[in-house]
Amino acid sequence: MNELAIKDLLYKLADDQLILGHRNSEWTGFGPILEEDIAFSSMAQDKIGHSLAFYTLLQELGEADPDTVAFTRNANQFHNSQLVELPNGEYDFSLIRHFLYDNAEIIRFEMLSQSSYEPIAKVATKLKGEVKYHVLHANTWIKNLGSSTEEAILRLQSSLNEAIPYALGMFEPSKYEQELIDAGVYAGEEAVKAEWLKRIEAVIEKTDLKLPDLATIEPKMGGRYGEHTEHLQPLLDEMAEVFKIDPTAEW
Amino acid sequence: MYGGGNVFEATKFDDLQTEDPAKLAEFEARIARGEKIEPNDWMPQLYRKQLIRMIEQHAHSEIIGALPEGTWITRAPGFRRKMAQMAKVQDEVGHAQLLYSAAETLGKTREQMLTDLINGKSKYSNVFNYPAFTWADSNIISWLIDAGAIVNQMANAKGSYGPYSRALERICAEEAFHLKYGHDAVVHMATGTPKQREMIQAALNRWWPPIMTFFGPSDKMSTHTETLMRWKVKMASNDECRQQFLDMYVPKIWELGLTVPDPNLKKNMETGQWEYTEPDWDEFKRVINGDGPCNAERLAVRRTAEERGAWVRRALLNPKAKYVKPLA
Repeated sequence: MNELAIKDLLYKLADDQLILGHRNSEWTGFGPILEEDIAFSSMAQDKIGHSLAFYTLLQELGEADPDTVAFTRNANQFHNSQLVELPNGEYDFSLIRHFLYDNAEIIRFEMLSQSSYEPIAKVATKLKGEVKYHVLHANTWIKNLGSSTEEAILRLQSSLNEAIPYALGMFEPSKYEQELIDAGVYAGEEAVKAEWLKRIEAVIEKTDLKLPDLATIEPKMGGRYGEHTEHLQPLLDEMAEVFKIDPTAEW
Repeated sequence: MYGGGNVFEATKFDDLQTEDPAKLAEFEARIARGEKIEPNDWMPQLYRKQLIRMIEQHAHSEIIGALPEGTWITRAPGFRRKMAQMAKVQDEVGHAQLLYSAAETLGKTREQMLTDLINGKSKYSNVFNYPAFTWADSNIISWLIDAGAIVNQMANAKGSYGPYSRALERICAEEAFHLKYGHDAVVHMATGTPKQREMIQAALNRWWPPIMTFFGPSDKMSTHTETLMRWKVKMASNDECRQQFLDMYVPKIWELGLTVPDPNLKKNMETGQWEYTEPDWDEFKRVINGDGPCNAERLAVRRTAEERGAWVRRALLNPKAKYVKPLA
């Protein structure tokens, strides 16, 4: 198996979860109700824990240790999709992003748990049980708020329209896409996307929201190749503020 | 995290004049026997009022207390600290949830309590009106403010009101982990690089005066709380808590080679009591009444969170909203 292809996949998985986990953690103390504050914090802890698991696999393949990899790279060295780096905005945007992201993440984890590459299969099998709860949380809230007040529906619809081009960017193929598919690592991003569409449509159908016509939307690509919005570098600077006081110190 | 200082109003003889003497006697007898009072049991109005006040202030202290440490979640250095800091602050918000529920059993809604917080009508622990300038400040809070909170909460867990006392037992179990986390972080700083040592000493210097006021004014100046102590609402005096805290933690601070910024701090071996420079109680009063370095900022954050989240709460209350049962 081409090690570069595996590393590319691992970076993509790890970076998505680190950055979204970081964004989720920004809700601590600011949630619309205490229960949501706590829920976003739980998901943040899971996501950052999951990123650590994948950075650890990278270390076993000869990359630097997880702290160095996470806390010292610049934005152009990150492989996350642009969706996860966007600011939290209001709760409606955070909820929509969480819904679009986690419904894709669970599919990736389900596929990877069957992977021919055993270290990833093991980790994915262990972690997909946690992502299941993130999906339940997102779907429950979308169904609930998505058919409640006019105000809530309007907010969610506008956030959905805003997030969709970025969500499609999650499925940007890697340069090793065909190799990963041929080697049975997983079925590839097109397959993830097809299944994702089915699942999000099934939820949206139960609400007063409408999925925009995807054929007319230009996906926001580039994240997987280090192209990011202006929001990622400030996030990374903040994350590394203390770490960089002395990267050799034990904190 | 909660110090419990300056919580109680003076009780007056008049307060109990309207109560049924037979019921009051039975109520006091139950408490004397060590029984817990439950939400639907008879209780004097004063008991209800003071408990709502105390539990509500405690809950507010948890969500406001989440703010100074919460700002360091996104900046925590390394995975280990980042994960622990998140879990720790989340616990504090969880404590607020638990405590608001306990207070609601006495007849005041969570929404009303949060409104009173934002309007400045009800208080929270005064220490959170001070800023956490650096990562080291956050470590000092995790260790020593949580340590202080445990001293106070362990005492109050033996109080007479069932729901509050049960909530406190759960809270203390979690706070014990926070204490270990905070201590571990401070040990790393105090035994780390010269820069880290300098950061942690500076944070301790900043936080020592607020820590000394954490348990509230000296007993000499406190209002009379005999009735509340008899009813097991207030379980230990402010000075007793302060002495216990100094006894447990000053040696641990010294052990790390850190200096406590009070030249008069020492244990009197004859009396067994700690002696210290009397905290500035005028400043304490000024800060608790709104004029501290962070009062306005803390309440503004809370107000913004309430306003930004109002549409979610309206949507949840909408009669049209379907309740979607989670699958698991």
